[in-house]
Amino acid sequence: MLELVTISTLNGVLYGMLLFLMASGLTLIFSMMGVLNFAHASFYMLGAFFGFQIGQILGFWPAFIVAPVLVGGIGALVERYGLRNVHRHGPVAELLFTFGLAFVIEEVVQMIWGKGPADYRVPASLDFSAFTAFSTNYPAYKMFELLTAIAIFAVLLAVLTRTRVGLIIQASLTHSHMVAMLGHNVPRVFMLVFGVGTGLAAVAGVIAGPALVTQSNMAGLLGPILFVVVVVGGLGSLAGAFLASLLIGLVQTFAVSINLSVADVLGGIGVAPPVGGPLFDLWNVTVAQIAPIIPYLLLVLILIFRPTGLLGTREH
Amino acid sequence: MSDVASGVANVSARVALSQPGAAAVVRLAAPWFALAVAFAILPVIFTSGSALTMLSLMGIMIVFALSYNMLLGETGLLSFGHAVYYGLGGFLVVHAMNTVIHDRLSVPLPVIPLVGGFSGLLFGIIFGSVSTRRAGTAFAMISLGLGELVASSSLILRGFFGGEEGVSTNRTKLLHMFGLNFGPQIQVYYLIAGWCLLSMVAMYALTRTPFGRICNAVRENPERAQFVGYNPRTVRFIAFSLAGLFAGIAGGLAAINFELVNSSEVGAGQSGLVLLAAYIGGIGSFIGPVIGAVLVTWLEVMLSDVTDVWQLYFGLLFIGVVMFAPNGIAGLIMMHAPLWQARAYGSMLRLALTYLVALGPALVLLAGLILVIEMTYHLSVKASEGTAISVFHVALDAASVIPWVAAAILTLGGFWLFRLTWPVVGAAWHEAFAQALGTRIAK
Amino acid sequence: MTAPAIELTDLHKNFGATRIIRGVSLRVPAGERHAIIGPNGAGKSTLFNLISGRLTPTSGTVQLNGENVTGLPPHQINRRGVARSFQVTNIFPRLSVWENVRCAVLWSLGYKYAFWRGIEGLADVRERTEIILHAIDLIDRRGVQAGVLAYAEQRALEIGITIAGGAGIILLDEPSAGMSVAEAARAVALIRKVSEGRTLIMIEHDMGVVFDLADRISVLVYGQIIASDVPARIKRDSAVQTAYLGTAA
Repeated sequence: MLELVTISTLNGVLYGMLLFLMASGLTLIFSMMGVLNFAHASFYMLGAFFGFQIGQILGFWPAFIVAPVLVGGIGALVERYGLRNVHRHGPVAELLFTFGLAFVIEEVVQMIWGKGPADYRVPASLDFSAFTAFSTNYPAYKMFELLTAIAIFAVLLAVLTRTRVGLIIQASLTHSHMVAMLGHNVPRVFMLVFGVGTGLAAVAGVIAGPALVTQSNMAGLLGPILFVVVVVGGLGSLAGAFLASLLIGLVQTFAVSINLSVADVLGGIGVAPPVGGPLFDLWNVTVAQIAPIIPYLLLVLILIFRPTGLLGTREH
Repeated sequence: MSDVASGVANVSARVALSQPGAAAVVRLAAPWFALAVAFAILPVIFTSGSALTMLSLMGIMIVFALSYNMLLGETGLLSFGHAVYYGLGGFLVVHAMNTVIHDRLSVPLPVIPLVGGFSGLLFGIIFGSVSTRRAGTAFAMISLGLGELVASSSLILRGFFGGEEGVSTNRTKLLHMFGLNFGPQIQVYYLIAGWCLLSMVAMYALTRTPFGRICNAVRENPERAQFVGYNPRTVRFIAFSLAGLFAGIAGGLAAINFELVNSSEVGAGQSGLVLLAAYIGGIGSFIGPVIGAVLVTWLEVMLSDVTDVWQLYFGLLFIGVVMFAPNGIAGLIMMHAPLWQARAYGSMLRLALTYLVALGPALVLLAGLILVIEMTYHLSVKASEGTAISVFHVALDAASVIPWVAAAILTLGGFWLFRLTWPVVGAAWHEAFAQALGTRIAK
Repeated sequence: MTAPAIELTDLHKNFGATRIIRGVSLRVPAGERHAIIGPNGAGKSTLFNLISGRLTPTSGTVQLNGENVTGLPPHQINRRGVARSFQVTNIFPRLSVWENVRCAVLWSLGYKYAFWRGIEGLADVRERTEIILHAIDLIDRRGVQAGVLAYAEQRALEIGITIAGGAGIILLDEPSAGMSVAEAARAVALIRKVSEGRTLIMIEHDMGVVFDLADRISVLVYGQIIASDVPARIKRDSAVQTAYLGTAA
């Protein structure tokens, strides 16, 4: 039991960190540019595939550096030549542009790499067991993922709070017009933030690819969860996104290991579930089976009890 | 109100209050009558089986896209999960049909889409009460999340959703009336056309009600709507529920048409498709989504026969519309309205000619892009099937250099030439409008 | 004695640590034309936002015709007979002038969320809309998209939307802002006409307009009312002169 809790906590925190790697970039872009980048998970997917493909040629470690930079570069170009032109058509058009982009990226990935999973493997240098907790071997690769995520956050925090660029970004988050009038090149800052945001998503892809499945439906699977994270955390709040990422990461990980169903619980207190009827399945479904939809249930709960999100401010 | 103002107003009020006479009523009803006639004679013009199927699909999509536009175009609500009401409408319809067949109830098929409508309304109310608590971007994400919730639930609630295979039914086994068993596609087409016309009239009528006008106000400026007495949240909730109703009707018609509903009908793909259709057609007018529905259905059927990567072309078309024609096809047509109103037919003709001139290089550019896409596809995924392909009936080998060089020339050259035509089109446009406006002032 | 149209009791509004409204109490009797003046940043628009429900007070109460409406959302306050205009023009940009005004009359005529009646056949809606359009002198521009109107026309439309519902209490936020002398004069005439028999509270910077229209003036400085009296006495009040009008008056 304790073993299960420990492993699940580690995995849950790891999953939450990966979610936050993406949610942070998404929140930065949203706060700064007012656009929710529907294609954010697509850049995550591109990171995974680029990491895989470049890794085939150059090896895991060079790919680890090159892939996110490439994807971030693509992101910057998308902002410069795509998003910036759509901006004048209004917020709906911006969101739809990123929606179309997500669609197209998925199709292109499918076109080039096919619909099946790519053989993206954990590099040999990390393919050992880091430690043995109780009776389970915890892979070193997962520790690597965790450490990388933490290191990136530390760097981000340092850059945002201690460098000039970081201060300009922070100011542009809330007062972009003022920053522009102070002589800073706000469009270039936008391009930078979009590029870094998508680059972060790509890093998540590069490191998660070998551990999870690298497949063309990656973005479609993770995208909605990512958006639930930012709505639950509160649109525009980095701290909220952090909280929500950890919450969803932990809850989903723990849920997967619980094999109780409603029928079990009811049976435990001596109540027999009804047999038959259209919702008959509900009684026998286990918590583990509903784990994939738990984020969405959380979304509905938050909407009922706290519509602006955990740490959100009032409507933009 | 002071006496002077009300006095003046009273006079003109009386003048403006002339009752809508018979002529006005005819003018109102004429387009719908013409549409009904058109629906009726279409199968006489397009007689093949595949054409009939496509017309049926278009009818379903028109209702679906119009219901979507009640949200986006009319009330400013961008939803990524509208297929939930479409699909659930379909599921409730197949279950209802199976119940009718099983219990031998005296319910004829034409009435069945009402079940879809009821389902759409019910779930619209249930999910709408939660969804419409937020607006804007948050609403969009919530609609996405709810859509995923329902789509994922389909694997859990296997009794209702029928698992991977879905739920099937037989439309010929319901009560037959007037000798119709709805087996042949032509009968199904007329059923769909009838419901499509009904739904179109209903949705159009909705836009001409106080509620419909307030939806527009809430779309434009929700805060100001508050300060004239309306709760934007209530407005959105009602609009959402009604949009669900019509989406449910569309889903029911689809269920009757295919005699099968599976969980993909509630999924993100279907939600994306209706969004595409409505937006490409143009969300700023009533007829936009109709145009979009017809076009998207046609493309979907035609393109998927010609190429495997038709969805990529769809996505690129969509991005193109978002970037360059955000008001859709209807919007592009409406831009020319002032010319039409000024009866500047000569200018319009000249403008059309410049469009044709610009069209040439655009087609060249398009050909180049298609070549690149098709060849890339055949080099990467389908490489196992050999690299010989046929594009525009020209046999090519995707692995050799020559087609790639040709593609590069077509793409880059086409783009360069196309760019050259932009100033020409711009000048013709300005000239046409200056003439048209000049004519109007002179009159 | 009938309750005053508006009664504010010790109203406070803080944004975080910043105190914008620091204890405002005010009674405006029904039918009075009341102007609120004060230097920039005094909190005049914030006060309007508190009265109209756009903001919730940190403490204190707002009463309309004797009823406590503190904390109610804007649409509830509007339904109780309060209408307001905005300093930054707040219209329905892509709707026509006609539609703008028509949307503003619907609730007050009782049509609420009616989706079962055609709007073109509603004679009272059409009549009322035409009356308003004549009053604001935009009847000839009825088909024009509101967003492309000239600035002064948009301000007139703003007032039109505000009065269209027939509210008994009208709040106008800098109605003559950005207008030329001639346009301002016409705005004043319009305001006088439409506020006949109703309660009017007006935020204004143009002293000519203020002294022309107002029955009483309140002076708001740093979130507090330093004087509230008839125009003649306000002109002579030394505190007001120092704070706002300049001692050379």
